[in-house]
Amino acid sequence: MIPPAFEYHAPGTVAETIGLLSQYNGEAKILAGGHSLLPLMKLRLAEPRALIDIQRIPNLAYVKEEGEFLKVGPVTRVNDLLGSPATAAYPILRDAAREIADPVVRNLGTVGGNLCHGDPGNDLPACWIALGGEMTVTGAKGSRTVPAASFYQDTFVTAVGPSEMLTEARVPKARPGQGSSYFKIEKRVGDFAIAGVATSLVLDGKGRIASAGLGLTGVGPTALAAGDAAQSLVGQSPDAAHVSHAAKLAAEAAKPSSDLRGPAEYKRAVVEALARRGIERAVARARGGK
Amino acid sequence: MSVSPPHVDGGMGQRVQRKEDARFIRGKGTYIDDVKLPGMLYLDIVRSPYAHAKITAIHTDKALKVPGVLAVITGKDLDAHKLAWMPTLMSDRQMVLPVDTVMYQAQEVAAVLAETRYAAADGVAAVEVDYEPLPVVVDPFKALEPGAPVLRPDRKEQSNHIWHWETGDKAGTDALLRSSAVVVAQDLYIPRIHVSSIETCGCIANWDGVNGKLTVWMTTQAPHAIRTVYALVLAGAGIPVPEANIRIISPDIGGGFGGKVPVYPGYVIATAASVLTNHPVKWIEDRSENIQADSFARDYHIHAEVGATKDGKVTALRVKTLADHGYTDAAANPSKFPAGLFHIITGSYPFAKAFVEVDAAYTNKPPGGIAYRCSFRVTEAAFTIERMIDRLATQLHIDPAEFRLKNFIPPEAFPYQSALGWTYDSGNYGGALRKAMELIDYPALRAEQAEKRKQGELMGIGISSFTEIVGAGPAHTFDILGIKMFDSAEVRVHPTGAVLARFGTKSQGQGHETTYAQILAEELGIPVGQIKVEEGDTDTAPYGLGTYASRSTPTAGAAAAMAARRIREKAQKIAAHLLEVSPADVEWKDYAFRVKGVPSKSKTMAEVAFAAYTNPPPNSEAGLEATYYYDPPNMTYPFGSYICVVDLDKETGQVHIRRFVAVDDCGTVINPMIVEGQVHGGLTMGLAPALLEEIQYDAQGNIRGGSFLDYLLPTAVETPHWETARTVTPSPHHPLGAKGIGESATVGAPAAIANAVVDALAPYGVTHIDIPIHPWKVWAAIHAGKAAKGG
Repeated sequence: MIPPAFEYHAPGTVAETIGLLSQYNGEAKILAGGHSLLPLMKLRLAEPRALIDIQRIPNLAYVKEEGEFLKVGPVTRVNDLLGSPATAAYPILRDAAREIADPVVRNLGTVGGNLCHGDPGNDLPACWIALGGEMTVTGAKGSRTVPAASFYQDTFVTAVGPSEMLTEARVPKARPGQGSSYFKIEKRVGDFAIAGVATSLVLDGKGRIASAGLGLTGVGPTALAAGDAAQSLVGQSPDAAHVSHAAKLAAEAAKPSSDLRGPAEYKRAVVEALARRGIERAVARARGGK
Repeated sequence: MSVSPPHVDGGMGQRVQRKEDARFIRGKGTYIDDVKLPGMLYLDIVRSPYAHAKITAIHTDKALKVPGVLAVITGKDLDAHKLAWMPTLMSDRQMVLPVDTVMYQAQEVAAVLAETRYAAADGVAAVEVDYEPLPVVVDPFKALEPGAPVLRPDRKEQSNHIWHWETGDKAGTDALLRSSAVVVAQDLYIPRIHVSSIETCGCIANWDGVNGKLTVWMTTQAPHAIRTVYALVLAGAGIPVPEANIRIISPDIGGGFGGKVPVYPGYVIATAASVLTNHPVKWIEDRSENIQADSFARDYHIHAEVGATKDGKVTALRVKTLADHGYTDAAANPSKFPAGLFHIITGSYPFAKAFVEVDAAYTNKPPGGIAYRCSFRVTEAAFTIERMIDRLATQLHIDPAEFRLKNFIPPEAFPYQSALGWTYDSGNYGGALRKAMELIDYPALRAEQAEKRKQGELMGIGISSFTEIVGAGPAHTFDILGIKMFDSAEVRVHPTGAVLARFGTKSQGQGHETTYAQILAEELGIPVGQIKVEEGDTDTAPYGLGTYASRSTPTAGAAAAMAARRIREKAQKIAAHLLEVSPADVEWKDYAFRVKGVPSKSKTMAEVAFAAYTNPPPNSEAGLEATYYYDPPNMTYPFGSYICVVDLDKETGQVHIRRFVAVDDCGTVINPMIVEGQVHGGLTMGLAPALLEEIQYDAQGNIRGGSFLDYLLPTAVETPHWETARTVTPSPHHPLGAKGIGESATVGAPAAIANAVVDALAPYGVTHIDIPIHPWKVWAAIHAGKAAKGG
């Protein structure tokens, strides 16, 4: 890797990090796992004046259920979503973690990086959308909470300002009767997704869908919420007709573009297939299956 | 009493662990970028963002102000030394640096020389070039249309047509096809791909002005040929250096696959920079440069027609091909074969008549046409014939396995003269296919498929029964720049019975240090651990044409055996002297010289070697060494049969390879473990273009797939479990019966996979699908099939 010269800081606190970010006024980048940033720097597509390495800040890596949430620290390695007992009730996160690149990347890549990079091919944003999660963003004036559904503004553009950082990502604590899943297909492991579908739903005592969320990966400028699809399921029994209808609506919510991974109409068809499989899997899990 | 069979440690047929792996897996290899010399400078290259443009100005002032930057070298600078252009192996010419026009995106435009690698890269970023874009020609068919912009006005022929080549009996083929009961025709495109070896290319040029000696460490598969090219080019540039003062060192190489045969502009610029500065100059390309600018492979647009009788016997084959060569023909074929050995395209079948023609065109793409893990266009040929055989079988409603078994050239027909003039040395094609069918239980698979089809599930079975042609080659037909394609071995037996052997070939990971040592162990009766193999330094190794086209075992491996036999001739006299008998009374048996009729009276090669230096027979020369330059009498023809089973996901178009059985026949096997390793790697490299790899260009000539972000190599996840097996049909003309195995799997695998996918899609009326078979192509084929059926 032959990037241009850059400065390097390894602050010990969030406050110090915010201070440095403000000082560089948008010309610094936060370094966590580095697995998206460093390739961009290698290609000189990103030439930050400084890297601010947040890996030495204490207490930014954790996965824990606390209060009404599953809380994840921004420097948590992707692999910890697979290994932590705290994610047992959130199979969607383990599905997704297993789909993120390869073990080497997962050992270093972070949840915060995956959520904040803003690439529509990242897997965790759609999961956060499906789960109705939220992000804590911290800046000079303190912290604020942004729902995942409004966190993604455009490709590589999120609600995190130039002098802010993600300090926690949360999803509502799993409820009884909740099931979730993540399905993705790609041409090859580690390639950008052809399409991915994140699903979370809760079955009520009568076996009807009480609430649902669907998120889409790789089929738009950002991760997308398939709100109509999710809404169409609420109050329904998860029979084949309702599931197929929701899958069709998910495909309609996709905004794919044609590229090396296939024409737009193909990707839309894939979203429909994956949404159907994803909802079926989530329902099966809600009923206690694997 | 049991008698153990005669044995030499590490002889032929043993699964000897690779001698070279100790340093490779412990990180102790010496690759090009590991070489560091005192006072070394670094070169980095400015590349064109345009596929075709006039260079109106190169502004170097900002770059020269970057700390550590020493110089910016342009085409005009090189032109002053007559080095702006260099010849290609195919009698074309290639720019080292452009004087006024760039011909493809990522082409070298200028070079920055600096004190550090980082300064060189910063210097590159600071060079400003003014371009005037010119019309871009991407499609080779459009390149040949009247009125197309002439890309190479420097040529006498003001046309984008490079050459036409044909072979075979045109009239006879036309007539036989006309009278054939069944003829199928198919367009096939073999896409442009890149070898993507794990190590990119590079060099360190070190001109010693005091002694007039040039040393170049270079990632090259053919160091000796490079040395001769250097001597010729330097003389042409007015810098005459005796060839004895040019030393090319090819250190450990991290994969070549044909991509390290050509001379790249970076080598020449680094050499010129070293001559101008009297400093060692290192140039190492990065991954993107490697993919975007180095020689490509394949890129053949093929139209094939094959005929058969009503009862399913093949008759004639006619092939018309357009080769996209980029802006210059920088292929690395033997001189007489502009389309390589593409005319092996009759494959394993006794076509009575065949005719092949190839036209080559210029486009605004990188040059090349290299033999990517394939003996010069053999992959293109094998894919075509194996696809067409399936087309014919489908047309005739005959099972593709049965169709092949019915048509194969029979074992008793060898040596077999093909319709296009090759003399196949040996083969048993039916034996290999039947073995593969047995291993995979072919009838059970067909029954399962029938059942699955009833349920609407898509399962496919694909066969590829390829024939290769490797081991270039016989001096009467094969040369590169006039140099005959022999190869060499120089073997020295030291007084203590250890052996130093040097070769004109150059391993890039194939395991020569082990394979050659095993040949010598077998022939000399010396344990493999006592035998050291060296290659790649032109100051020490005997002259040879290098390693590519599966030629090392057929040529240098044969030379090893022949040199060892020369040593044995001399050793026999010494043994006779030691045994106090006449040489005629001594025979070489069970790895020792023994008195005929009294086998217990014997001398080992080590004892003889010691005597060669301490107690040679009177009136004889001391020492025990021999050199052999082996001119193969014929090519070798490895073959095999592969069967692939796929399951398709109808909704997503994903192809899942359930099983893949590969039966290879490379004649005598020297190290079964290395052979299996070569097959495993080759199959993975055959899977890659079948399902994943392709370099595409948009209408402006922008590369799509210019980094590993978009150019997708298979990982362990995509790679199925390979089931390998072999039959052994020795080559009758090779001293060991060996044929070469490095490339069979790359050549044979793509058709098996493509045939399996097409077979799976047969219910939709699909008869062909171009590789790489991306999921969206499968999905589109299903939808087109559904539409044709009316939903």
